[in-house]
Amino acid sequence: MDDKSKRSLQAAACRIRKGIIEGTYNARSGHPGGSLSIADLLAYLYFEKMNVDPQKAEDPDRDRFVLSKGHCAPALYAALTLKGYFSEGELKKLRHIGAMLQGHPCISIKGVDMSSGSLGQGISAACGMALAGKLDKKTYKVYTVLGDGEVEEGQVWEAAMFASHYKLDNLVAIVDYNGLQIDGRLSEVCSPEPITDKFEAFGWKVLTMDAHDMDSIEKTFAEADNTDGRPVAIIQKSIKGKGVSFMEDNVSWHGKAPNEEEYNKAMNELDAQLKELEG
Amino acid sequence: MSDNMEKIATRESYGNALKELAAENEDIIVLDADLAAATKTAIFKKAYPERFFDCGIAEADMMGVAAGLAACGKIPFASSFAMFAAGRAYEVVRNSIGYPGLNVKIGATHAGISVGEDGATHQCNEDIALMRTIPGMTIINPADDVEARAAVKAAAEMEGPVYLRFGRLAAPVFNDRESYEFELGKGVTLREGSDITIIATGLMVYEAVKASDELKKEGINAGVINIHTIKPIDKDIIITAAENSGILMTVEEHSIIGGLGSAVAEVVTENYPVPVIRIGVNDEYGHSGPATDLLKEYGLCAENIVSRVKKALK
Repeated sequence: MDDKSKRSLQAAACRIRKGIIEGTYNARSGHPGGSLSIADLLAYLYFEKMNVDPQKAEDPDRDRFVLSKGHCAPALYAALTLKGYFSEGELKKLRHIGAMLQGHPCISIKGVDMSSGSLGQGISAACGMALAGKLDKKTYKVYTVLGDGEVEEGQVWEAAMFASHYKLDNLVAIVDYNGLQIDGRLSEVCSPEPITDKFEAFGWKVLTMDAHDMDSIEKTFAEADNTDGRPVAIIQKSIKGKGVSFMEDNVSWHGKAPNEEEYNKAMNELDAQLKELEG
Repeated sequence: MSDNMEKIATRESYGNALKELAAENEDIIVLDADLAAATKTAIFKKAYPERFFDCGIAEADMMGVAAGLAACGKIPFASSFAMFAAGRAYEVVRNSIGYPGLNVKIGATHAGISVGEDGATHQCNEDIALMRTIPGMTIINPADDVEARAAVKAAAEMEGPVYLRFGRLAAPVFNDRESYEFELGKGVTLREGSDITIIATGLMVYEAVKASDELKKEGINAGVINIHTIKPIDKDIIITAAENSGILMTVEEHSIIGGLGSAVAEVVTENYPVPVIRIGVNDEYGHSGPATDLLKEYGLCAENIVSRVKKALK
């Protein structure tokens, strides 16, 4: 990836972060922490990797995306807004009565491939989509993003077993490994560790990457494309709240919206980052 | 009607219907959770192995996989025992199939107490109640082989989630193969009668007809309505029955809480209040024993219907 492309993706990630803050602030609720930790990933997927086009939103050959950790909908909505699926005004109405953008992803929203939010379920639907792709001999890929706390759900491992048994190597599950869940650190709540070993034991090809380094992201997804019959799990080491100093690695920002002062502070920080990237 | 008629379990109808439909529709995919021999999806598997996927003993994942297949245009039939399809996987059915309104068909066999010897853990008397609470879910509980095959076909042809309820026990085939026509959401009047109307579903329909014929000998005219589609329910036929007979009795192989009895009571209380007597499994668990003995013990038989009708009309 050349420097220009990298900066462009970093800027897209920054705009996604601004959308997350805008959405949760206007909603007066929502989940900024885990949304911010997947902003770089979504920028890469939507603006570099995935074959998706808002002009052909229902194209049967498109890549699919399932946000299994559905509470991070603000990140997905911000990415879809930036990609042109709907107008920026929608983000400001997030979670409001009558709004299109629901608290968790809903399949009726343009660009959303699957309703999600009840943890552990998105990965199963992603398996079904990958299986359909195999049956129809299509070349699309299915990407799904899980939380690290989410892998405590038993259904994740039912799906993991299914995916390897049916050799769904067109499926890529990214685990957002930020180390925090609502009740605290993973290690203190009910540790799902070692996550890497578990996916390997379930027959997956496991890769790790730095969630906030575009070079690492690009290199890892290139490796993920090197298929060998196994589904691919990417464990992305991330920082919850990444990009907003006072939210970083702080569990209290899992499910809390910024107030006006915090909103302004966060937006100022992100604007400064954007200015640096775009010159 | 005679007890010498042919008997076929509706789970058998399910497997056979899937095989027949698959010949005309390539989008039909069958999923099972390690019960293919019992749910009879093995019949489909033998004919179309490339379209059959065993999910292992993982019903929650199976429902999610079905949702993903449907989101890509397939028509998946996700199959297991009612206890696991509606019970274990309830929340996946609700959030991954019901809420997005995906075109998934759930084939739930071994419903009700007639599971028999396996006992309470496998006798699901709550599935209709659970599925009824899911917005947009169609629920079909066919009465015999003819109706069950037609129900599977109707489910495949309609767009949207459907819960199909089948039994383990061989059931008398009383519908006529040549003339039977299945109409989704429409009750079927099997006996006219103005003293009382018995509204039955599934395995209990034939018992209701036998009871009506028995009561006729004693001068009691008991109408019989077969409600195969529990949701959306045929309000008109129920309201008309309430108007004509002034008293209703519901009979189902399901808990009296939340199933057909509740659905009928909801319709009449809001439209034409009349007494509704509910026969079903009372607020209790089943237990082990031969299916036919259990049905008698729990009052899910023509004899009990006759006696309850006489008591009600006294």
